[in-house]
Amino acid sequence: MGSDTLINATWLDYLLVAIYFGFVLGIGVMARRSVSDSIDFFLSGRSLPAWVTGLAFISANLGAVEIMGMSANGAQLGLPTFHYFWVGAVPAMLFLGVVMMPFYYGSKVRSVPEFMFRRFGTGAHLVNAISFAVAQLLIAGVNLALLAGIVRALLGWPIWVSLIVAGAVVLSYITLGGLSAAIYNEVLQFFVIVASLLPLTLIGLNRVGGWDGLTEKISAASAGASSSSDAPPAEQQLNAWPGEALSGFDSPLLSVIGIVFGLGFVLSFGYWTTNFVEVQRAMASDSISAARKTPIIGAFPKMFVPFIVIVPGMISAVLVAEMIELKDGGSPAGGASGDVTYNDALLLLMRDVLPNGLLGLAIAGLLAAFMAGMAANISAFNTVFSYDLWQRYIRKDHSDDYYLRIGRLATVGATVIAIFTAQIALGYDNVMNYLQTLFGFFNAPLFATFILGMFWKRMTPTAGWVGLVAGTLSAIAVDRAAAAGVFELSGQGVAFLAASVAFVVDIVLSIVVSLVTKPKPAEELRGLVYSETPREDRTDPNEASYPWYRRTAPLAGIALAMVIVLNFAF
Amino acid sequence: MSTTTSETDGRPKKAGLFDIRNIIGALMALYGVILALAGLFGEHEPEKTGGVNANLWTGVALLAVGLGFFAWAKIRPIVVPPDVDRPDDDPTRPAPQRKRPPAH
Repeated sequence: MGSDTLINATWLDYLLVAIYFGFVLGIGVMARRSVSDSIDFFLSGRSLPAWVTGLAFISANLGAVEIMGMSANGAQLGLPTFHYFWVGAVPAMLFLGVVMMPFYYGSKVRSVPEFMFRRFGTGAHLVNAISFAVAQLLIAGVNLALLAGIVRALLGWPIWVSLIVAGAVVLSYITLGGLSAAIYNEVLQFFVIVASLLPLTLIGLNRVGGWDGLTEKISAASAGASSSSDAPPAEQQLNAWPGEALSGFDSPLLSVIGIVFGLGFVLSFGYWTTNFVEVQRAMASDSISAARKTPIIGAFPKMFVPFIVIVPGMISAVLVAEMIELKDGGSPAGGASGDVTYNDALLLLMRDVLPNGLLGLAIAGLLAAFMAGMAANISAFNTVFSYDLWQRYIRKDHSDDYYLRIGRLATVGATVIAIFTAQIALGYDNVMNYLQTLFGFFNAPLFATFILGMFWKRMTPTAGWVGLVAGTLSAIAVDRAAAAGVFELSGQGVAFLAASVAFVVDIVLSIVVSLVTKPKPAEELRGLVYSETPREDRTDPNEASYPWYRRTAPLAGIALAMVIVLNFAF
Repeated sequence: MSTTTSETDGRPKKAGLFDIRNIIGALMALYGVILALAGLFGEHEPEKTGGVNANLWTGVALLAVGLGFFAWAKIRPIVVPPDVDRPDDDPTRPAPQRKRPPAH
């Protein structure tokens, strides 16, 4: 067996993986039995230290997207990938903390569909609940495909067997209570991932001769590239701006606009401000001030995450034989899903530079991230399906037990469906392209409707659902047109364009429809629209009494300054 | 630090073993010890790492981080208030759970 698998793990590696899951399941069991009121104290989230909720906040997202997607992107495109962090995530997290969070916290909504229902009524609620459920199933498929890739790399099984096994593993993880102590697990996961990716990056840099060695090798590979290579030129890979390789636009000006508006504003703000899997982490804290600081504190570590996910991807592209061949236009065999793709960048680098032991730590971190990620998707699906769809539209007024049973069936059903949606994800050789496409379909129109509905009280219920439907359809239309060859954009340009079109179409249609239909009476909009929400509902009376380093605005200012410096430095 | 005391025994009640910092510390220290031992006694595989004993150094670093978390939890313990609310289940993450509170 041993020699024909991608990664040769030994008992030592499996021991480290087993220890991690022992910890996670042990915490789950303790949490459910509530062996100590300390556990209740931590789980209820009251007065949890801000660094804990901040780390949980970014860890809930440090899954497939971050680790595999960003390293794949780093391997393929190089430094422009940093925009996802420094133009995308960090400013969006600051915006969430400064502008949106007081409002979420004050209005006490628990989920996106719930906000839609209260703001716009049934139509928008139904559209949003269905599209949210579909999005969760598709993203669960991405996590499952990556998880199966690791199973396959370790054990050498065919991909469909690996998919089924990975699905079964996730189901048992959910059933055994792997999610019941989510905050504990997320913080643990963060440390395990950093503990494995940081050595990977340092050893990788050591192998290529430091940062200078890396840039030299990228330039050399680019200069000697064969004609079938579609890798971008070295100067584009080694400078973050203007990022033509990422946006696919030839003109630097259009590229910058595409990145700032498409990636930065629409996709990232849309993702971070409407993704309640993450926003929930902040809502658990004890005051508006703490809720606002959660994403802002999270932004500090988030700024440095790209160094341990994108840089290893870039190293992999010049160090690992298969990746070099792939980037030179070849199609080497032997990746996690059959042929080598950019998604394998990190796994292959781990194989080449990590000794047994550290390898196990890295595997534990990856398994943890994908499993927790998929489990969170499935649970989010489960909630929306049982309560927002089944209870509201299909079978009302049954017992709690009944809905719990439906929820369990939904969990199993979602896992089975994810095995099929994973097939779609496997069709993309850079999983980041697929994820950004999905975010364009689902998050961009949602963000448009959300932000217009929050700040414009005239927006009507009809406009709510019309905007969502039209936004999603126009994003799909742009994507299909690109797939059919109507126009050509490489990198993630199509996803940025689709997201931007969806956003604009949603806003324009919502305004037009609002002007010809009847708005909700203003008194029903308290807590849902900015101008109708009294100031005391969205400010924290104690905020002014804290020292400056515990107040929202100064922290956000420091984070913003740091991220601007980083943008200029690279 | 706050000196809230629980009413039964007059001493502040600490989160102790369940303090998240102790759990992080335990995992990191355990990994650190195992990796350091693997680095000392196992195969070194310098051809992969470019000559560095990566297991040993990572192990030592993790052990230091783990001890750091223990020390932090020891020096500034979290005091659990005398009566703690039972947490609500996280509605986005139901899985096996305490029963949902009634909807109305």
